[in-house]
Amino acid sequence: MVSKRKPKLAVWKFASCDGCQLSLLDCEDELLSLVGRVEIANFAEASRAVIRGPYDLSLVEGSITTPHDAERIQRVRRDSKRLIVIGACATAGGIQALRNFQDVKEFVSIVYATPDYIATLDKSTPIAAHVPVDFELRGCPVNKKQLLELISALLSGRKPNIPAYSVCVECKQRGTVCVMVARGEPCMGPVTQAGCGALCPSYVRGCYGCFGPMENPNVESLTAEWRHRGVQAPDVVRALRSFNAYAEPFRRESEAHDQ
Amino acid sequence: MTSKTIKVNYLARVEGEGGLSVKIKGNQVTDLQLNIFEPPRFFEAFLRGRRYDEAPDITARICGICPVAYQMSATHAMENAFGVTVGGPLRALRRLLYCGEWIESHTLHIYLLHAPDFLGFPDAIHMAKAHPGVLERGLQLKKIGNQIVSLVGGREIHPINVKVGGFYKAPTKAELYTLYEPLQWAMDAARETVRWVAALPFPALERDYEFVALRHSDEYPFNEGRLVSSHGMDIAIADYEEHFVEEHVPYSNALHSRLKQRGAYLVGPLARYSLNFDRLTPAAQEAARAAGLAEVCRNPFKSIVVRSVELLYACEEALRIIRAYEYPDVAAEAIQPHAGIGHGLTEAPRGILYHRYCIDDQGVITEAKIVPPTSQNQKAIEADLRELIGKNVDLARQPLTWLCEQAIRNYDPCISCATHFLKLQIEPG
Repeated sequence: MVSKRKPKLAVWKFASCDGCQLSLLDCEDELLSLVGRVEIANFAEASRAVIRGPYDLSLVEGSITTPHDAERIQRVRRDSKRLIVIGACATAGGIQALRNFQDVKEFVSIVYATPDYIATLDKSTPIAAHVPVDFELRGCPVNKKQLLELISALLSGRKPNIPAYSVCVECKQRGTVCVMVARGEPCMGPVTQAGCGALCPSYVRGCYGCFGPMENPNVESLTAEWRHRGVQAPDVVRALRSFNAYAEPFRRESEAHDQ
Repeated sequence: MTSKTIKVNYLARVEGEGGLSVKIKGNQVTDLQLNIFEPPRFFEAFLRGRRYDEAPDITARICGICPVAYQMSATHAMENAFGVTVGGPLRALRRLLYCGEWIESHTLHIYLLHAPDFLGFPDAIHMAKAHPGVLERGLQLKKIGNQIVSLVGGREIHPINVKVGGFYKAPTKAELYTLYEPLQWAMDAARETVRWVAALPFPALERDYEFVALRHSDEYPFNEGRLVSSHGMDIAIADYEEHFVEEHVPYSNALHSRLKQRGAYLVGPLARYSLNFDRLTPAAQEAARAAGLAEVCRNPFKSIVVRSVELLYACEEALRIIRAYEYPDVAAEAIQPHAGIGHGLTEAPRGILYHRYCIDDQGVITEAKIVPPTSQNQKAIEADLRELIGKNVDLARQPLTWLCEQAIRNYDPCISCATHFLKLQIEPG
């Protein structure tokens, strides 16, 4: 993107809490210089002005949960040179993917009171299940420093520096005492991708997996250790089924403990 | 007779996905729908079977703009179920955390989402070019709100330090004092904000709302108090569902809430302010008066002034809490879960947020009900629009559409919040 024209940036929302795109507005110190480098072409949360595509860079927040959104993401992909998905909803289906584990009939009997006006799919799925994506930025929410790093790397045509190692590495870097070893807290850190800065252990609680599975996690070994320490199977299932419940390594392991 | 339609397919500068369609015949609005097509996410369904202590983290994900409100209503509801009261420094820390969210959320709305409407810009970036320095002030204020939430909560979006009973780790007094100087600057910047918004041009509209807000014996309300209204309602929060009911309308994925006896009502800054003016600090009262506000405000366009007064209050209250803070003996009160029902109702930036949970003897949630502020305000938004359009029906379509959008943004509507429940129609995926 060396041309004189400012690259066009678009932000798209699907089923989500708005928090990941808010991370962009939360870059209070960098926001004005960012908008100096890109043309904000479509960002409904921030602007009424809409500039037509194609877009050089699209940031996509949220998961696909309705037939309408399944079509809309195809159009967004066609209009975008590069498509980056941000946050646990977009990369793994989000907390709303808990519906994916329910028997649909049972789920209907809980919630379906009257034949209503709402159309929804029976699964909440990540963007990559529908269209090719160019990068997945993890987190619930994403780390705004990683988001800025990713955007500036893409704008200058270099590889983003986003590590895929575990939260444990960040804990060691901070010098935080291991909450699992020292306090017996069940912690997702050993199987969760870094990015938050090992926040929860520094507040004396176990990691709960906001950033989803690290590269090649050994989830089975971790849950065996938890069970050995007395964690009951239903609590193992709950720990694995939160904001990245439908990410393959967490999903598979939770199903192994779900009787 | 001439007819006209107004259609906004995708509302900008609100949180979430919504639109508006209006049909006008002569000078009569014949049909008006605030369409909310934000996909439902069914939190109340999947909270069933989760442990009580997971509710603050899970419900935070309903809204990235006001996660603290969800965490506060959830923790208070659980503590109510288990008969635990959190007092002293832990209670003060919760107020401080809420101050941070109000500062962050109110500033976002005042500077980035709402002010551009009054000045005729499509967004804050365009506004910044014509009004240099203003957006910078807003961003600095917003940053200080976020710093409070980060320091007390761990991070600004979806804080990790909030726990049923208190916190995982309490900050030290020295840590809190790092916020002191920034907050002193913020007090001045908030005063300046009140002055700045007071000079905006306000469309004329006076509405006969029934205001509903918390009222506490001696504080401007955040987490505790009785639920009162301008029509004489005065109830304990456990009685909420005896007085309010939610309805489903075909054009919206959010339920509409109404008072069983009297229908539409209003929650949020206008209601809080008009029911609690006497609980504001002298500095906030003085700023409000200087801005030309009476003790009751019924012009929804002036909510931007009221939000600015609340912003000033939140900065001052945060400073007071930091000065008085003593490091607590424990970071959280002990919780012994048992079967029960708990109610929580707190003042989110956009108005009251109600939670009710049924818990079994293992501490597992068997039923959850959540009523966010925006679903409570939907009827009021629609009524505002009807009256406003009736008065301005001679305007051309474009300025009338702009005025309608601006009127919706008076509410800082959080559509992500309003759409998280509901019945569904399953289609094979």
